[in-house]
Amino acid sequence: MQNRKVAPPIVDAVDLNLVLKPCDRYKLDNGVPVYAVDAGAEEVIMVEWVFYAGNWYEQNNIVAATTNFMLKNGTKKHKAFAINEHFEFYGAYLNRQCYNETATITLHCLAKHLEHVLPMVAELLTESIFPQEELDIYRQNQKQRLEVNLKKCDFVANRLIDEYIYGFHHPYGRYTSTLDYDRLEQEELKAFYRQYYTYGKCLVFTAGKLPANMQQLLNSIFGSLPLNQAEIPAVTFNAAPAAEKKYNIINDPDGVQCAIRMARDFPNRKHPDFAGAQVLNNIFGGFFGSRLMSNIREDKGYTYGIHSYLQNHIHNSAWMISTEAGRDVSAATIAEVYKEMALLRNEPVPEEELDLVRNYMMGSLLGDLDGPFQIIARWKNYILNDLDESYFYNTIGIIRKITAAELQEMANKYLQDEAFYELSVV
Amino acid sequence: MIQFNRFVLENGLRVLVHEDHSTPMAVVNIMYDAGARDENPQQTGFAHLFEHLMFGGSINIPDYDEPLQRAGGENNAYTTNDLTNYYCQLPAENIETAFWLESDRMLSLAFSEKSLAVQRKVVCEEFKEHYINKPYGDVWHKMRELAYTTHPYRWMTIGKELSHVENARIEDVKDFFFKHYRPVNAILVVAGHVKTDEIRKLAEKWFGDIPPGTRYERNLPAEPVQTAPRFAETYADVPLDALIRTWHMPGRLDKGYYPADLITEILGGGGSSRLFQSLVKEKKLFSNLDCYHFGTIDPGLVAIDGKLVKGVSMEEAAQALDEEIVKIRQSGVTETELQKVKNKTESIIAFEDMSVMSRAGSLALYELLGDAQLMNTELEKYQLVTTADILESSNIIFDENNSNTLYYHAK
Repeated sequence: MQNRKVAPPIVDAVDLNLVLKPCDRYKLDNGVPVYAVDAGAEEVIMVEWVFYAGNWYEQNNIVAATTNFMLKNGTKKHKAFAINEHFEFYGAYLNRQCYNETATITLHCLAKHLEHVLPMVAELLTESIFPQEELDIYRQNQKQRLEVNLKKCDFVANRLIDEYIYGFHHPYGRYTSTLDYDRLEQEELKAFYRQYYTYGKCLVFTAGKLPANMQQLLNSIFGSLPLNQAEIPAVTFNAAPAAEKKYNIINDPDGVQCAIRMARDFPNRKHPDFAGAQVLNNIFGGFFGSRLMSNIREDKGYTYGIHSYLQNHIHNSAWMISTEAGRDVSAATIAEVYKEMALLRNEPVPEEELDLVRNYMMGSLLGDLDGPFQIIARWKNYILNDLDESYFYNTIGIIRKITAAELQEMANKYLQDEAFYELSVV
Repeated sequence: MIQFNRFVLENGLRVLVHEDHSTPMAVVNIMYDAGARDENPQQTGFAHLFEHLMFGGSINIPDYDEPLQRAGGENNAYTTNDLTNYYCQLPAENIETAFWLESDRMLSLAFSEKSLAVQRKVVCEEFKEHYINKPYGDVWHKMRELAYTTHPYRWMTIGKELSHVENARIEDVKDFFFKHYRPVNAILVVAGHVKTDEIRKLAEKWFGDIPPGTRYERNLPAEPVQTAPRFAETYADVPLDALIRTWHMPGRLDKGYYPADLITEILGGGGSSRLFQSLVKEKKLFSNLDCYHFGTIDPGLVAIDGKLVKGVSMEEAAQALDEEIVKIRQSGVTETELQKVKNKTESIIAFEDMSVMSRAGSLALYELLGDAQLMNTELEKYQLVTTADILESSNIIFDENNSNTLYYHAK
């Protein structure tokens, strides 16, 4: 009979040879770059069009997100219903998403239907008309949705903490009111669409079991569109962080939980501390076995979950701690977060804990590289941040080699109580 | 076609192995045939609380997560009304770590008082986060109690009330464990970069000596056929009126399940669905509207759930919804509509099957339903549904006497 008290031997995940599968690169006739990962056993494909059409480039609040949302709400040839029906008939999913710098259109479909659905995407990029009736419906329904969301403490907290870090006039700190929806004008959407989609800079990412003629197919449908004709305007924003650091908001007097956000500014991915901070963050609150989770959930039961993370922005980031805790234990929760920060500053991370986190991060990275969609997502992140695969291998090197002393130094540099905003929303 | 090998250990543990050598990872998935429907009505939420306790240490291993993370693994679990599923993924080289951990907690938990005390609180916070501190968070508590008079689907997996979770005792935990968490009530699926012969050896080594336990015989009270429409209304501090309707539908193994699933997709799936087009876009009565079902093993519910545009009365919204229901009952659907939702189903299945973890979970579910091979005939069953089947099912499901209506008014 085996001894159940002794763990079976393991291969240290840090010794795994992690390889990022390269992506194919080519350009369409109009200069649109395509990044492609041909892999996978299922007959499925993802194509994503990325535009520099995020709220970074809008003149008025919510114009970028509305333009992105309404791309499939009507073209010169097709009404919204017909567009939706076209994609859905082929079992295809066309999603769109607006971020800060970029905005995307993402198509998922079975490989056999690809050529039936791509032409409609091209139509959306060149012939969308943003019908007034569709805008009115969107406006009304979004305002209603916002009203519901504003009842939620987590939603309110997420808006406010970003405002404190970046300032309301920064694209990362801005949020929407019902008045912004009222002010939306069809003409402004059309102008934004022309500049940032129809003539805008576009990158294409695709992955899955790609057909042999993928390049020709994309080129024949998208290669002659007027994309890439408008320069991306050089727009800069300076963060205007709030002077006051601590906030208590009562959003719902009867609330039984409190949304807690604690955050500080942090440089972007190109900063030499970024990869090391990811390791420190994992120890702090980055996974289920982290110190915040072990202490505040698994030991004290104050919350269902507590997490820390570095925001995934292109220009600058923030280090964020986020949880919903019982209303009566919210002050105690915040005190414990500061205690954990002090511990990381004052004592080196024990080797055993550091080894565990290294292995966990490597295993998790290996899992993240599993499948074509995951691989292209990583490439996309690197390309949009103007990085290459050396970033991947450099990060692995840091996960393997960073020392407890370096992590402690980093904790002393960044995890200082007074650098953090502290927000409680009941 | 998903290939797998199947064998049963002497203690009754069913083992399925799905080899996929294109991934460097391995997935170990254990499904226990116990969910919220198996709870005592006075101790609801217990199956889910129990899921939390499965991470609070087992008889020989003080902590489940730590050794798994050290081996480069990640894990999670979920509880439904029907079952409880635990899964982890790790580099295939380290698969024995998962066998060691999973078999020890099947052998016996540590039954730690501290873990119980903490997880009671954690689950109460989960309850608050999702069902109390959210607008409309109690909709399904109310609707389930309206739609089910008898069957334990009457309560949600999180539990009927906080006190049921707060009052859980360690004796209850032990009883639940030895009743449900035995090899005869479990299914082990191993998938990814693994070989069946090696998995067989590992399964025998780690799970072979666990006492089989007694097969749990489920004798749940069946929900009586509903014979008259039911109605309830409630007032809450929410910004918008909401209308929620449900109708009973066939269980997971009934052939009527497939048309019912397609009907919800025709009515509520996506921007070209009937209800969205008619009631949100054309008539502008709802700001959002969904139609879905719960996919439960025992007979479940088709649900339509929407928020009203301000100024629209509940009666006006309900009547317009009725007109759509009447339309599908009288005229059914077109061949094109049916083909569309079949194509969508084909697509959904293909995308789900991309991930090894999802394939492992599906194999376990179909084995629990009686035969893992069902996973490979599922699409065919959808393809066989005709417009006549849709018409017939619509008439059975959307019978007014089978309906439950909840008016959720904004105060």
